[in-house]
Amino acid sequence: MFVLALDTATPTLVAGVARWAAGQDTEVLAERAVPSGNRHAELLTPSIQDALTDAGLTMADLDAVVTGLGPGPYTGLRVGVVTAAALADARGLPVVGVCSLDAIGSGARTVVTDARRKEVYWAAYGADGDRVEGPGVVRPEELDRPGPFVGDPAFTDRLGAPVTRADVTTAGLVRAAAPQLADRSSARPLVPLYLRRPDATPPTTIKAVSKA
Amino acid sequence: MRWGVAVPDQPLVLGFETSCDETGIGLVRGHTLLADALATSMAEHERFGGVVPEIASRAHLEAMVPTVHKALADAGVSAGDVDAVAVTSGPGLTGALLVGVAAAKAYAMALDVPLYGVNHLAAHVAVDELQHGPLAEPSIALLVSGGHSSLLLVPDLARDVESLGRTVDDAAGEAFDKVARVLGLPFPGGPPIDRAAAEGDRAAIGFPRGLSGPRDAPYDFSFSGLKTAVARWVEARQRAGEPVPIADVAASFQEAVADVLTAKAVRACRDHGVDHLVLGGGVAANSRLRALAEERCAAAGIVLRVPSPRLCTDNGAMVAALGSRLVAAGVAPSAPDLGADSSLPIDVVSR
Ligand SMILES: [Zn+2]
Repeated sequence: MFVLALDTATPTLVAGVARWAAGQDTEVLAERAVPSGNRHAELLTPSIQDALTDAGLTMADLDAVVTGLGPGPYTGLRVGVVTAAALADARGLPVVGVCSLDAIGSGARTVVTDARRKEVYWAAYGADGDRVEGPGVVRPEELDRPGPFVGDPAFTDRLGAPVTRADVTTAGLVRAAAPQLADRSSARPLVPLYLRRPDATPPTTIKAVSKA
Repeated sequence: MRWGVAVPDQPLVLGFETSCDETGIGLVRGHTLLADALATSMAEHERFGGVVPEIASRAHLEAMVPTVHKALADAGVSAGDVDAVAVTSGPGLTGALLVGVAAAKAYAMALDVPLYGVNHLAAHVAVDELQHGPLAEPSIALLVSGGHSSLLLVPDLARDVESLGRTVDDAAGEAFDKVARVLGLPFPGGPPIDRAAAEGDRAAIGFPRGLSGPRDAPYDFSFSGLKTAVARWVEARQRAGEPVPIADVAASFQEAVADVLTAKAVRACRDHGVDHLVLGGGVAANSRLRALAEERCAAAGIVLRVPSPRLCTDNGAMVAALGSRLVAAGVAPSAPDLGADSSLPIDVVSR
């Protein structure tokens, strides 16, 4: 089947098309990785269109949609998740959400990405590549994991260990989605991995506007 | 509920509105409203006394696909019947806007139909066409809500909307929320103040009318001073150990707001030789504003058009209505890299 995979959990948005079948090697037909900062909403649909064109396919050829659910900065993250949900709904396709960190690197590793506010999103993976801990959000100084670390190298100093650059890829997204693609009944609802509660503080008691 | 007359060869437009706390999905054919599905996160904001952007954005994402389904079901159409998609591209809360923009772009792409990113304020004007037919052009529009207070000149709703004036501080709806808080009434403040005012004397207290002096900007508004005056008045009562006459305060405050808004709107009509006034926005649901606008427009020979309260507040139908107008006018659709602009200027009707 043809799978559209997309992710907006990191500053580089990913839109790719892959041929996937249970028990077979995944073939990535096209991939657009666009350093888009906070312009995910502007650039995601054009990138999907470009990836489809590169693959010689149209929306009508797709059989499933896979999207990263984060963790990642919320505004950009939601762009990817709602885009996947809407595309799948409009075309009547199944949609599968995966932890975006699962799509970064391979094998035994600890993945770290920028969570802003001087923190990292992280998850740890065993030798078989399966996630054993996380995802979580923590100050890098407090992330007591052996490594090797992959993800955002900007955290090398604060982790006190080298971080090898690795990004979300189409292959990684489809790999992470494989169990849910193979067994649709295992597909979970498309809920972003926010990991933090919304910033919202009730207003303090009404300040007197004039002094007594 | 249906308004207007269906014209079968007109395109079916799906509208998305997520600029604040309402997830609105509307379906319009020509000037006919087919569906107006709405999900709101208002209850989640109540205890904060104002809309919390992150809570609103999370709620938009959750509500998006179910609300689209509800709109399609209410209209008795399928997604494949949609001929064009319109979405609020600004102004509004960036994070909230982006959920709607991304969803609308995805539906437009998947359905292979044109996409129109539209201005929220122009959509507030367009919604009246669903109820009262084609807008007289030029019209003056007075848009007042928790997020905006604007006076517009509308020579051509599809292409040419001009700002005459706006609030220089609080939006009118914000003043209602803040005064409600001072009076111990719930959030949002509009409906409870309107109810309390019904029992009160609107001439009881002479609250100030902002920016209504001869040298003030004739079409701009200011509600900050009024809000402060109400708070001071209430505090003075409390300090003196006297009961606060809530109904009189509510009625007198509401009168000050309605007086300024309608006086400036009528003046704008006169100054520009325009004889049609359209009201929109959540505050346009206020009973005193509607009554005073009717009275003053009748006296000035101005035709007043006010959508039903349900259509005055934010909804998807208004976006679909403007989209329908743009399609009919042959305006070019938006580029594929459409985004959101939290402070989209009013003269940009679509982008
Ligand atoms: Zn509005």
